[in-house]
Amino acid sequence: MSGFAQNTFNGLVSGAFYALLALGLAVIFGMLRVVNFAHGAFYMLGAFGAYVLLTEAGVPFWAALVIMPLALAVLGMALERAVIHRLTRLDPLYNFLLTFGLTLILQDLVKSRYGIQSSPYATPAALSGSVNFGLFDFPTYRVFILGFTVLLCVAVWWVLGRTRIGMVVRAATERPELTRAFGIDVGRWVTPVFGFGIGLAGLAGVLAAPMRAVNPLMGADLIIVVFAVVVIGGLGSIFGSVAAGFGIGLVQAWGEAYLSEFPIVSQTVVFVVMAVVLLWRPAGLFGREEAPA
Amino acid sequence: MTSAVDTPADAARPAAPSGLLTVARAPGWVRYALLAVGLVVALWLPNGLYPAVAVDILCWALFAVSVDLLLGFTGLMSFGHAAFWGTSAYVTGLLAIHAGLPFPAAVLAGALAAALLAVPIGYLAVKRTGIYFAMVTLAFAQLVYYVANEWRSVTRGENGLQGVPREFFGTDLSDDYYFYYAILPIVLLGLAAVWRIVHSPFGRVLVGIRDNPARARALGYPVHRYKLTAFVLSGFIAGLGGGLFAVSHRFVSLDVLHWTTSGKAVIVVVLGGIGTLWGGVLGAAVVVRLEDWLSFSGFEAIGLVTGGIFVLVVLLFRRGIWGTIADLARRWGSARRRTGG
Repeated sequence: MSGFAQNTFNGLVSGAFYALLALGLAVIFGMLRVVNFAHGAFYMLGAFGAYVLLTEAGVPFWAALVIMPLALAVLGMALERAVIHRLTRLDPLYNFLLTFGLTLILQDLVKSRYGIQSSPYATPAALSGSVNFGLFDFPTYRVFILGFTVLLCVAVWWVLGRTRIGMVVRAATERPELTRAFGIDVGRWVTPVFGFGIGLAGLAGVLAAPMRAVNPLMGADLIIVVFAVVVIGGLGSIFGSVAAGFGIGLVQAWGEAYLSEFPIVSQTVVFVVMAVVLLWRPAGLFGREEAPA
Repeated sequence: MTSAVDTPADAARPAAPSGLLTVARAPGWVRYALLAVGLVVALWLPNGLYPAVAVDILCWALFAVSVDLLLGFTGLMSFGHAAFWGTSAYVTGLLAIHAGLPFPAAVLAGALAAALLAVPIGYLAVKRTGIYFAMVTLAFAQLVYYVANEWRSVTRGENGLQGVPREFFGTDLSDDYYFYYAILPIVLLGLAAVWRIVHSPFGRVLVGIRDNPARARALGYPVHRYKLTAFVLSGFIAGLGGGLFAVSHRFVSLDVLHWTTSGKAVIVVVLGGIGTLWGGVLGAAVVVRLEDWLSFSGFEAIGLVTGGIFVLVVLLFRRGIWGTIADLARRWGSARRRTGG
């Protein structure tokens, strides 16, 4: 029983990363109709930024947790203004290609400066060790990640559901023309929302730094899994993306634990789930049918 | 230059669909002249470039054209075509190494394996369109990548398949110069097949589906089945290229299945001109030549350049090389008609 609880816990922790990334992708897609391929690169930049801040300027984890998301949000908004917004009126495929190109550039910039070997990042002192909730010893840092992410998702949910900004964003996501017709300036919110999504990716990166190897390619394969996650949840659905993120984390952890003789399972299960979802509900578990193309 | 693409009416489509019409509208002698020039260049190529680079261009030309068959003529952007290119590379390599098949037979088998793989992936992927199609194909290609990575007893994991022979009934093809001419007929056949597909009634239906899926469906065309057929054909052509690539490099590594390979294929097509078919061949020549030049000059960060090309092409050059040329030619032609020349 404690084994199961431990696997479930680990699954939720890795699901937390998927959820944060998928949440950012979903709000950006909702507002801009842009599938941001560079999301994984920004996650990597978050982790790398935290590492560089610590080793070269002695900035501690807690400060990095605030600085990096903000810095990346600003960078994201600059990119949105400079290039991405020029293509938002065209087919979304163009921005997909553009952000793919940006991903290659960002990865290689970091690679040429710091090499491709992984760098260790110490867990902050306050979060080292473990907590015992009765079943087994939970590593404190992972408990922190899970709690923090859940709080963050709830906060985002509250902002979207209960505030005026959230109402505008939701309305613009679901019915952009109608929202405009009501006299709401949708365009004003595009850049901040993009920055917010990028900030979330950066935040996930900082959180990942003490737990995962920090290297220029850490976001590259992850983003494809996150794409599968949002296809499963339904890219248009913010709740669906988060739920699918946690769900896939769980399924992967269970697969790893109970089918450990097949290491391939935990890597590929997300794609198998995606295939099943495509067969059963092509629009995603929580997605609405696309307008007939 | 880009204003025509920026109009809202075009925004609904993946790209300016001018290619097909342009080719059909160009006078016959222009088409035959272009064909002749193309053939002469193809025959001359290994004399003007490193033969190994020329061989790479041929393989990538097939790959690009296979992607354009979907992107330009069916309106589907596959971001996972490395799955077919790479699967064929592995199957070809394994058959050449273990069964000692002559390379054309091994490549054909590899391409058939790729087409077979394209059936389930295509079946699932055509349930979505647009950007979702790109994400779904990307995800399935990554699945294939992971499987190849784990299946070390067959694929040799990160070491890759080494020593793929260029077997052809005892003929010595170790020189890239002769190997180029050995594979040229296969590549030309592949290109001709795609040209034939695009200009057949089947191809017309694909273009119809691209431009107005609802109407195609209303006219009674089974849209999903057409898309799936195009997808499988495209997988086969990509497989031809991938198999030849494996034999020419005598080596297959996991790179052939990586998502960067899929992405490179798409940008080659965009650079050459979406929906222009031959543009993909030009794009392949430019990108392969450029990467070769970069790696020779000792420049390490190739991703910076590839990524930079992506960004610039998408921002400033969406019509691509062929599309721009065709545009200029058309403008020149209509100007001449107006002045009565």
